[in-house]
Formats: sequence, structure tokens, C-alpha cells
Amino acid sequence: MYQSITGEDPYEVPMKIYPAPHYTMGGLWVDYNLMTTIDGLFACGEANFSDHGANRLGASALMQGLADGYFIAPQTVSNYLARTKLEEVGDDHPEVIASIESVKARIDKLMNAPKPTHSPDYFHKKIGTILWAACGMSRDEDALKAAIKSIKELKSDFWENIKVTGIESDFNQTLEKAGRVADFIELGHLMCIDALGREESCGAHARLEYLAESGDAMRDDENFSYVAAWEYQDTDPTLHKEHLNFEFIKPTLRDYK
Amino acid sequence: MNFILHIWRQKNTQSTGNFVTYQIDNIDSDTSFLEMLDQLNEQLIDKGEDCIVFDHDCREGICGTCSLVINGHPHGEKKATTTCQLYMRDYANQLELWIEPWRAKSFPIVKDLAVMRESFDRIIQSGGFISVSVGSAPEANSQLINKDDADCAFDSATCIGCGACVAVCPNASASLFVAAKINHFEQLPHGKIESKKRAERMINQMEEEGFGSCSNHRHCEVVCPKEISVSNIASMNNLL
Repeated sequence: MYQSITGEDPYEVPMKIYPAPHYTMGGLWVDYNLMTTIDGLFACGEANFSDHGANRLGASALMQGLADGYFIAPQTVSNYLARTKLEEVGDDHPEVIASIESVKARIDKLMNAPKPTHSPDYFHKKIGTILWAACGMSRDEDALKAAIKSIKELKSDFWENIKVTGIESDFNQTLEKAGRVADFIELGHLMCIDALGREESCGAHARLEYLAESGDAMRDDENFSYVAAWEYQDTDPTLHKEHLNFEFIKPTLRDYK
Repeated sequence: MNFILHIWRQKNTQSTGNFVTYQIDNIDSDTSFLEMLDQLNEQLIDKGEDCIVFDHDCREGICGTCSLVINGHPHGEKKATTTCQLYMRDYANQLELWIEPWRAKSFPIVKDLAVMRESFDRIIQSGGFISVSVGSAPEANSQLINKDDADCAFDSATCIGCGACVAVCPNASASLFVAAKINHFEQLPHGKIESKKRAERMINQMEEEGFGSCSNHRHCEVVCPKEISVSNIASMNNLL
């Protein structure tokens, strides 16, 4: 598999192994029934925050997909449907009209930026580079603060200079990507804010200021044993802390030596 | 590396498409096939042109979203490999590439190289699941499953539903896909319960969707990125 991807024979040439950013280590807030803050909208599997802590090892996302899909959603979704009277919603419902308008306005903004110069990929690489450098496995206060500043600049640059070709009424993958990159910029911003606030090393993340002498991650369960649930705001997000209660097994500093 | 690309462009399902020729230069040999198309799309955006639409998602060879017939071969010529796992170094000797979508009546073209594979979803909906509740996982030794059967079920389950088998088949038959999905359940005790009913429903749905029948050309087995064996089709026929 390695040889087919890299074109190099690992018996002859040393293997190039490096960490890759893949998980956000979080997801949509859900209740015990896996329902989000929107009534009737359930988020299952990797999309929600519920099962994992600050670390996700390979394939644990599959476990969450299987567990939610097999054991939880069939019970909770059917329970919701059985208890809810779903009234028909027409196209003229004020919420429908408002949604259509907001989506159209966003598409319009993406299609007609004031100075269309750069493709969605250009901005995708920019946000990726910022996060890779400042909000990867190791992070520190200075880098995170600088990253938050650069993301804010990138965000205004994006909405000023995003270039989407083709038309919006076609199947347009460039437009689709532009919308996703806009979301990535929002999410990247949030991840940096969250990382900055968490003054401890936990799970897969090492805050360089908070490491034990051995170099192991130094937890601070007294102050940070909580889920950080962020509420979306147009300006800065609001933090809701959900404290974690470990009854039987207490989290401790993990010493690999 | 420099390539001449003849790419199928089609505005939508109703319109007729045609090949459009592009020249792409200075491609690194370690660029993946889809990254090469990404780079071409970047150039098109620069020129203010509409990008080439193609299906892709995980780019790890596990999701079944990517397609493309490259120089006549679904997923390219390389064995047991999806399009997203092809690299331009694989094309060092083929400087002119013809890139087409899956071609089958039951896979209508949405735009350019992207096709609609909802017919596969409807086949799964018709019976590709277990509807009996078997409770939680039983004690592991209470129901022993032969290792060969377990392996066989696993091999069938590796089908990612990409549709290359249909694209290569002269009859545009979905037999390999349907057979893999049926056999995946068939080998295991809780899947056996609905065995015949499932096979009938899924095969009926396959025919209703307009896929052809199998006439043993066996091209499907050759192009399948997951190397699903045609013996699955024989097992499926035994169920009827």
C-alpha cells in the first residue's frame, strides 16, 4: 500500500511518516438521544461530539458510526417520530422563505465577490497552512493568537476575493467547495479559540507551556475537566462548559517512561 | 510531465456531450490522477471557465465515489485500484489520455464526468439489509462460523459500490455488485434468514433499473478495484 501511494519501496528507502491533520476532535453538540440543538435534527457518528474525548485513534470514528447507527439512532429517532406530530410545511412558511433567502444571499455573495481573484483551493490551502502550523498536535499561546489574527484577515480576504466560475443553477463543484472552505475558515477560527482557552495538555494535543518534565502531556483536570460546547454567534462564539464527572476511573497524567 | 487530455464535457443529463482537448504541463510524477484534474480546474478558474465536474470524496480508495474511464479502462489500467489511487507516474508512457464518465443507461450523466448512481441505492433499499432484529451481540462461542465462510462474507463486503463493473460490462449488468451485496449477507447466520426473498427483490430491482443480465464476459472481475470474484454471481444464481 505504501509503495503504491509513494512510488518508493520501503525495503529500499526509509519510510516517510508524518502526522496528518484529520479529526477536529469534536462535532455538533447533541443530547443523550443524539439530537442537536435544532429540534428533530439528529447528528450521528463522527459528526457529533458525544463519545470521544480529546483523542481519536484510527478507526474510532467508525466505532462511533456503528454504535450510534446500530444501538442509539434506531431507538431515539423512532421515539422522536412516534411522539411528534409532524405538520406539513408549505413553501410559503416564513421559516422556509427565510432559509431560502439566506442560502440565496450566501450563494450570491460567493458567486459575485467584489474582486474575484482566487479559487476556493487557494483559500483552502491558506487555512490549512495556518492550522497546520499553529493548531496542530503541539500549540502555544503566541502561535494561536497570531493564527486567530491571520484567520480573521483570511476571512475578509476570502469574501472579498473568492472566484467561483460557472453558474449557480448548474451542478457546480467550485461553488460547493467555496461554501465548504468558508465553513472551514469559521471552524478553524473556533478551533484556535478553543485551543487558546484550554491551558493544559490533553489527549492528542500538547500545549507547549503545559508539559511535564518528561515531555508528557500535563493535564489540569481541576480546571479543564469539561466539554467546551461553543454556541455560534456572528461575532465571537459563546462557551458553554459541561463538566465531566469521572466516578470510577479518574483521568491521570500518562507517563510513557 | 506533460499530457494531452481529451475530457468528456456534457452540460447536463439532457444535452449531448463531446470530448474537449486540454493540454496540461509540468505535472509532477507523484501527483495523483485526481490532483492532476484539480490542477487543470485551477487553470480553468484562472481563465474564468467552468470547471470539469468529476466525482471524488475520500481519495483513499475506500468510499466508492470516484469513477472515470481512462483510455477505455474503468479506474484506469492498474489492477485492484480506484481512480483516486492512480498516480501520474503510472502514465509515463501514455501522454494522451481519454477521460470519460461511466457509460450506462442506468447511470445518467449529471454533468461532465459525474454520473448518478442512485439506481445502486434503490437496489440496496429493495433488500440489501437484515430486517430481523437479532438482539445484541451473542456470546462468541454460541454460534460458530466457519473461517472460510467469514472470509468469504468479508471478501464480498469489500465491494464499495463504485459501479466499474457496470461501466465495463457490454450488457451494462450490475450482477457483480448485486451478487457481492447478496453474498455478504448470505454467508452469515442472521443474513440467511431472508436469503431467497432478498435475492429475488434485489435482482428484480436491478432489472427494473434497466441494468442488463450477465452473459459471463467476466470483464467486471478484471476491473473491480476490490477484486470481487465472479464466483459471487454463480452463488447468487444458485439462490434462485
